[in-house]
Amino acid sequence: MLPGDEIPDRGLRPGFGTYRMGSHLYASVLGYATWREPFVRIVPFAGRYAARTGDTVVGIVQDVQKTFWLLDIDAPRWAPLHVSGTPWDETPPGELDQHLRVGDAVLVAVEDLDPTGRIGVTLKGEGLGRLSGGTILHVSPARIPRVIGKGGSMIHTITRRTGTEVAVGQNGRIWVSGDADGIRRVRDCLRLIEEEGQRPGLTERIEGFLDMTGPTDGAGPAPSLSSEQGERRWEA
Amino acid sequence: MSEIVAAEIQTTHIVDLARSGQRIDGRGLDDWRPVTVEPGFVKSADGSALVHVGASAVLCGVKLETGKPFGDTPNAGVLTTNAELIPLSSPTFEPGPPQPTAIELSRVVDRSIRAAETIDLTKLCVAPAEKCWICYVDLHVLDHGGNLIDTAQLAALAALTHATVPAKRFGVGEADYPLEVAHFPIECSFVRLGDRIVVDPTFEEEAAGQGRITVATDEVGNVVAMQKGKVGAFSPDEVVETVERAFQHGDRLRAIARAA
Repeated sequence: MLPGDEIPDRGLRPGFGTYRMGSHLYASVLGYATWREPFVRIVPFAGRYAARTGDTVVGIVQDVQKTFWLLDIDAPRWAPLHVSGTPWDETPPGELDQHLRVGDAVLVAVEDLDPTGRIGVTLKGEGLGRLSGGTILHVSPARIPRVIGKGGSMIHTITRRTGTEVAVGQNGRIWVSGDADGIRRVRDCLRLIEEEGQRPGLTERIEGFLDMTGPTDGAGPAPSLSSEQGERRWEA
Repeated sequence: MSEIVAAEIQTTHIVDLARSGQRIDGRGLDDWRPVTVEPGFVKSADGSALVHVGASAVLCGVKLETGKPFGDTPNAGVLTTNAELIPLSSPTFEPGPPQPTAIELSRVVDRSIRAAETIDLTKLCVAPAEKCWICYVDLHVLDHGGNLIDTAQLAALAALTHATVPAKRFGVGEADYPLEVAHFPIECSFVRLGDRIVVDPTFEEEAAGQGRITVATDEVGNVVAMQKGKVGAFSPDEVVETVERAFQHGDRLRAIARAA
């Protein structure tokens, strides 16, 4: 679908990437259309992160205020994380940096969006928290569903075969922990998904790539925080 | 959002990798990303080049006009370099007056071209104290993937090398002729990651870097310009090391820029 193309609504409601003019429905972004109850939506080929309530995202602390932190989540604006949305809500105002400092990475959930574009995030939720060790990799946010795969199959394959632990943020940031070689292989997998995400047989090609580049043992640690978080998202 | 703080875990990861001789994109510490040079990219300019270094892209346009020489250099033409950081190219670039990054970029590129006497400015003089050529070198950063200085300088050099002096259009000659380029300076930038020094840093490596040093070398073996940036220091031995490495990379890149 090109922006401006008319989409048959098939009796469904307009979802992401669509707009209604008169009685017709049109695409507002470049991508392909999906019709799944109750929405018709466009899955974009590319694009920046557009926050939705309930998204799990990787944020980086940019500023510490008296009662909240400001996180960069790759959205148009910094997202406030209020102390009441953390397990440390008893912290006296002005002493927040004993928990999170500028430059710290955290896994948070998008809690509320308001019409002005403010994105409130929370640290309360299963698997959410400060990310220590490892590093952060990037893929296009439009590719995140491919990275996770059906029921989490893709990300499970990657973590199992590379012996890494992963937390996938819907904003295209992926936290990876493991040895240098494992992280490099995850990075290569992500690049492959980014370049070839549109073509069928991606899982086989990723498997093939992992066979080619390393041992095939399944002894990697069970992916912890990410999968629990992810599971919720995948079923949604 | 003028500046975004990088995640500490990412910085630590990059520095740890460098310690074991590795980089996030699989390069060695002394490897450049792929470089492509496309001269003549903008047909309406007197000279132009589009240069890609990895994910970075800089388009350079050269324009020549006649004007009045400066009072203190009546026998020389004028060279002026300007850099534009297009907001589309990086989340940290905003529209508006030039930011310090843009000023540094244009100054450092200008310095290497001027100091290497890439163009003999006296040949741009038409009539002493009356009329001369003014050579505008305009740099447009299209994509910021790190190491903008070197990318922009390669673009400037390639654009100048393929530039034409529009003498006929300005009525100061019978025919247009190629701009004479006398020397070929190449800039080469390094950043410190822990106790290692890596060449051609990416965006992430620049953010993690503890000090940046740029060395411009020419084809006859001169160091023509240098620039030290970011917070962090280099020992005298390390500076000598970067100069030696800059000469090696300079020779290779010069061949790419001239072959294009």
